[in-house]
Amino acid sequence: MKKILKSGVLAAAAVVLSASIVVPAFARDLTVVSWGGNYQDAQRNIYFKPFAEKTGKPVLDEAWDGGIGVIQSKVKAGAPNWDAVQVEAEELALGCADGLYEKIDWDKLGGKDKFLDSAVNDCGVGAIVWSTAIAYDGDKLKEGPASWADFWNVEKFPGKRSLRKGPKYTLEFALLADGVSKDEIYDVLGTEEGVARAFKKLDELKANIVWWESGAQPLQFLASGEVAMASAYNGRITGINRSEGKNFKVVFPGSIYAVDSWVVLKDAENKDAAQDFIAFASLPENQAKLPEFVAYGLPNKEAAAKVPAEFAKDLPTDPANLTDSIPLNVDFWIDNAETLTERFNAWLAQ
Amino acid sequence: MSATSSRTGRSLLLLAPLLLFLVGFFVWPLFSMMSQAVSDPAVLKLLPRSAEVLTGWDRKSPPSMAMQAAMMEDLKAVDDDQALGDMVRRLNSARSGFRTLMGKTTSALADTANPPADLISIDKRWEKPEFWLAIADALSPYTDRNLLAAVDLGRNAAGAIEHLPPDQSVNRVILVRTFWIAALVTFFCAAIGFPYAIIAASLDGWKRDLMLAAVLLPLWTSLLVRTAAWFILLQEKGLINDLLLTLGIVNSPLALIFNRTGVIIAMTHVLLPFMVLPIYSVLITIPKNLMPAAASLGAPPLRAFVRVLLPLSLRGVASGGLLVFISAIGYYITPALIGGPGDQMISSIIAFYATGSANWGMAGALGMVLLVATLLLYSVYARLSSEEPGRR
Repeated sequence: MKKILKSGVLAAAAVVLSASIVVPAFARDLTVVSWGGNYQDAQRNIYFKPFAEKTGKPVLDEAWDGGIGVIQSKVKAGAPNWDAVQVEAEELALGCADGLYEKIDWDKLGGKDKFLDSAVNDCGVGAIVWSTAIAYDGDKLKEGPASWADFWNVEKFPGKRSLRKGPKYTLEFALLADGVSKDEIYDVLGTEEGVARAFKKLDELKANIVWWESGAQPLQFLASGEVAMASAYNGRITGINRSEGKNFKVVFPGSIYAVDSWVVLKDAENKDAAQDFIAFASLPENQAKLPEFVAYGLPNKEAAAKVPAEFAKDLPTDPANLTDSIPLNVDFWIDNAETLTERFNAWLAQ
Repeated sequence: MSATSSRTGRSLLLLAPLLLFLVGFFVWPLFSMMSQAVSDPAVLKLLPRSAEVLTGWDRKSPPSMAMQAAMMEDLKAVDDDQALGDMVRRLNSARSGFRTLMGKTTSALADTANPPADLISIDKRWEKPEFWLAIADALSPYTDRNLLAAVDLGRNAAGAIEHLPPDQSVNRVILVRTFWIAALVTFFCAAIGFPYAIIAASLDGWKRDLMLAAVLLPLWTSLLVRTAAWFILLQEKGLINDLLLTLGIVNSPLALIFNRTGVIIAMTHVLLPFMVLPIYSVLITIPKNLMPAAASLGAPPLRAFVRVLLPLSLRGVASGGLLVFISAIGYYITPALIGGPGDQMISSIIAFYATGSANWGMAGALGMVLLVATLLLYSVYARLSSEEPGRR
């Protein structure tokens, strides 16, 4: 019988979590949670380890793949086992409205005006500006795709494609491939016809799509030749090119960029240390080291100015890369994520 | 008397760990899962005044001033962010748009210097009866909404149960698929595990130990590691395809990953021990001289197998099958990594509701559907095995 429980009832597991409110017998070390892969490797070198050395206390780091439910179950259990977490823009908005995060101590960070406007929030500090963009292996495809229309064109570019599983980004990219202009996609997506149009466009490519869920997967698929092109987090592409000598290309026109933020979970055991950590990771001299390893834009204006030109050209925040990129519409997704995910799942199952 | 009662007390004490375990890890989680699926207190708790006013509403006309005033009163009185979050999540799940609408409304109401006259002046969406309808339908402390949605049903505006539109109906398809994949895996496990167990039981000494170790060793390896290993073996430029291509058996790589074939191969491998071990444990209790005896009475090998060995070992096959099947219907990691979008099982949908959208009501309801289906299957099995003539 235990088997039934274990197998079927993931929900129960979440509830069990809240049941076993573990009162730690000894103090837990500061736990920082980010998005894994070569991105987190870079963060470990430039933020986690130096912070541990500075404070003389160990810093634990864990990886996750997002999901407001994960945060909610931890906070509602009463003693979250994570302290500082890097979250996506919707998780920031949802969790802040629902009281899942501590308020940020902006004095520790030197004031709000040191950061990009989009990186300032009562509950969070921008950690990176990142893009989801087309990526392909420049060694395998001499003449690569230049737009989402090319991504959909399996005759000109044979081979499988990989996209992040879920409606976010996927629906936007489908509309771009269908010829909707970048300024209109969220207006179109806000209508029933627009959503139907996006799914219709996805139907064309459905048989050729391999879906990914964690940010390291598209890199593996590209490296193994499993897919010809993929949507991927831009920073990791540049990262793998530098660390493993790959020749992966990022297509910035048509990419969607957003800000990821550091938050501190409500009533976390090490919330003060977590605020200190966030302040440390937001210092211009520390943040400016990131683009050498992964090409993400920096929300601290002073840090952004310090990035050498050879690295700056790969960042989503570089003016040339920004021209044809699209900012993620966070309000649209906090309203529509659940219904559109249900619809997306139904579409996948058909 | 006192001796008996102290003995009862002592035996209860000895049983206490078991009882605590059952209550803590079985009864309580199941109960809370079920109550999550049907309870719906989030909205009523925060909007008592609106609930009163809404009882007099005809469910289609635009909101009256009284409704708006009550709602504004209720929202101003909320002081618990997390409770507000629960309410907004519940409402947004019924009607997309409540997230931004409530965010805008509560911050406008918090602006005491500039009090809004009514809700419509804050946001035009408050004019629409649809939004009020979502609130009116969320005011009962118990709901069958999640359970109905778990099997692709819903209530229309008049309250009658009807099918959800096809673009929201996914759960039945996925439930059927889950049971189908589990059945296939059980079948392949039996087809491989039964002969394996017969051979292992007929051997002795180090050969038997070797065969059993070959089954047990993978069991001691993490599921994730085994699944990742299959990923490497099965991929388009993986070991299996490379070997087949080098040997010239195939001309182009076989599609072994991101499809049903890969999922069945990997799940069969992972679950095989659960089939082999119960069959083996039944087989070693069967006297070894039965088969020679059947042969000496003139039965050819196949007939001796069908008439003697098969009926005696069927109990092991049945319990192995049940173990494999019930484990298989809850699989999550293997289909997620090896399967394509057409191979995702119900756990992936449950995981979306539990971790992705924090809709624990839906996650609980789907868990309940799975539990009920499993219990039904189990009762069929119990019925069949008790009628089985070979069992005493």
